[in-house]
Amino acid sequence: MAPWNRQVEEMPPDELRRLQYRLAKALVQRVYETSEFYRRRMKEHGVRPDDIRSLADIGKLPFMYKRDLRDNYPDGLFCAPKEELVRYHVSSGTTGKPTVVGYTRHDIENWSESLARGFSSCGLGRGDVLQVSYGYGLFTGGLGVHYGAEKVGATVLPTSVGNTERQIELMQDLHTTAIACTPSYLLHLGEVAEKMGVSIRDDTDLRIGILGAEPWSEQMRSRIEDWLGIRAYDIYGTSELSGPMFTECSEQKGIHIWGDLALAEVVDPETGEVLPPGERGELVITILQKEAFPMIRYRVGDITVMDEEPCACGRTHPRIHRIQGRVDDMLIVRGINVFPSQVEHALLEIPEVGRHFQIVVDRKGALDAMLVRVEVSEEAFSDKITDLMMIRKMVEHRLRSSLNVGVDVELVEPGTLPRFEGKSKKVVDRRSL
Amino acid sequence: MEKSYIVKQISIFSENRPGRLAAIAGALRDAKINIFAFSIAEANGFGVVRALVDRPEDAHRTLTDLGFRVSFTDVIGVKMRDEPGGLSEVASVLGDAGINIEYAYAYSGRDGAVLILRVDQVEDAVRQILDRGGELLKASLFR
Repeated sequence: MAPWNRQVEEMPPDELRRLQYRLAKALVQRVYETSEFYRRRMKEHGVRPDDIRSLADIGKLPFMYKRDLRDNYPDGLFCAPKEELVRYHVSSGTTGKPTVVGYTRHDIENWSESLARGFSSCGLGRGDVLQVSYGYGLFTGGLGVHYGAEKVGATVLPTSVGNTERQIELMQDLHTTAIACTPSYLLHLGEVAEKMGVSIRDDTDLRIGILGAEPWSEQMRSRIEDWLGIRAYDIYGTSELSGPMFTECSEQKGIHIWGDLALAEVVDPETGEVLPPGERGELVITILQKEAFPMIRYRVGDITVMDEEPCACGRTHPRIHRIQGRVDDMLIVRGINVFPSQVEHALLEIPEVGRHFQIVVDRKGALDAMLVRVEVSEEAFSDKITDLMMIRKMVEHRLRSSLNVGVDVELVEPGTLPRFEGKSKKVVDRRSL
Repeated sequence: MEKSYIVKQISIFSENRPGRLAAIAGALRDAKINIFAFSIAEANGFGVVRALVDRPEDAHRTLTDLGFRVSFTDVIGVKMRDEPGGLSEVASVLGDAGINIEYAYAYSGRDGAVLILRVDQVEDAVRQILDRGGELLKASLFR
């Protein structure tokens, strides 16, 4: 399909870099003037807007981290007047405080533009019916994809998450041609369809999957494509950057990062040194035109490789490879980010159980299942099974409400859980992608 | 008076996996503690082992030192006739008095059958049983 915005998408690389420089310089100037946070941070780092005299000078700016969002909760990083905001999204933080992201009308417009380009590059457009099976609400996935799809003129079927049998019925009745969801959910949907006697390949019009919000692999792509008879594309983003924002093109060889909207760098996670294309490191993103919630050199925590080779699709914007892991201990469970520190924080407020825990993540069928093992405290131990069952239910409920994802809790004997810090013992991930 | 019939049962939290009962029983054996009666209550993934032993304080200390989660629970042991109707007699006394049984287990030994009960109003239960001519295990048996 033709590019959504050919002039921008096929801009010569030199011109794109000049545009990025102008946008970056304007961004730095603007946040320095409007934001206490950025001004203080830049002063501490001994850098002024005038010091940005080339695109490479962006490297002089300090990094931003997830903890900056927590420390400035709820709106300390906002750079637009409150009345200019048209939307909030909220995601989980690393501990008790969530992360709040705000958008101006222009920000929503750019977010939708970014996805409109991506969807077009996967061959999705007018005449398509896109079933959005990402969660709608505080999570960015549902509404983000929704606006992008409407922009390209596709018909959106906003099914959100859950009720899989109904999703399959609607997919048949309304002739869904594309679905946006997590790859594991699509596998689950395929399995449920088979149990209902429906073949996605033969009995539906589905031809495209826009899949993301969790790590997946080339093997998983082949499995999905071969089994369901569709083309499966990777979509990437995090709430700090707006939400799902960038996708693969029809070449399926990396995710185009629209250079006029975002500046992507890959750095050595230890030293912060910028790595040349082709080297594996941590993704760092600057969102160039964001008004409400700019992010400058944000350390996303995802591990990838930058690819600046020309793409066969003709688009000149750089690509990143499929995400290969995390630099921290973040887990993604059913598309939701979970930090072990959140579990720790929640447990500290529940005296009935100790503060030690172990997280076990596994796949039940195609879907993720998360188990948290905790020790019953001495004070709370009752010899009545019903009391212990109530404690377990209560802990499940409390964890669910602070993590935004369903959790099973197992009560274990005291002293049996790992006492020492370290991901290797606190988190057991049995999923294979 | 009633108090002298209230017996200290030890309750031990146990994961539901092979070897846990053996670990508990082995620890009591090594401490030369005799088990009169025990039961296991199970839920999904875990259970509670409840036991009447000859030296409950020692048993509590021994198991706690080994890392087990242990508590004492007040129970009573009612002697039953070891013949048809024995249980019915005891249960009727408590039912008539409006005393609820939370859980129970029983053993039958040389000196007849004993029903071990956890009830919601333990002193009331003791009084009712004694008033109706019933016989209870004395707490002094367990030291």
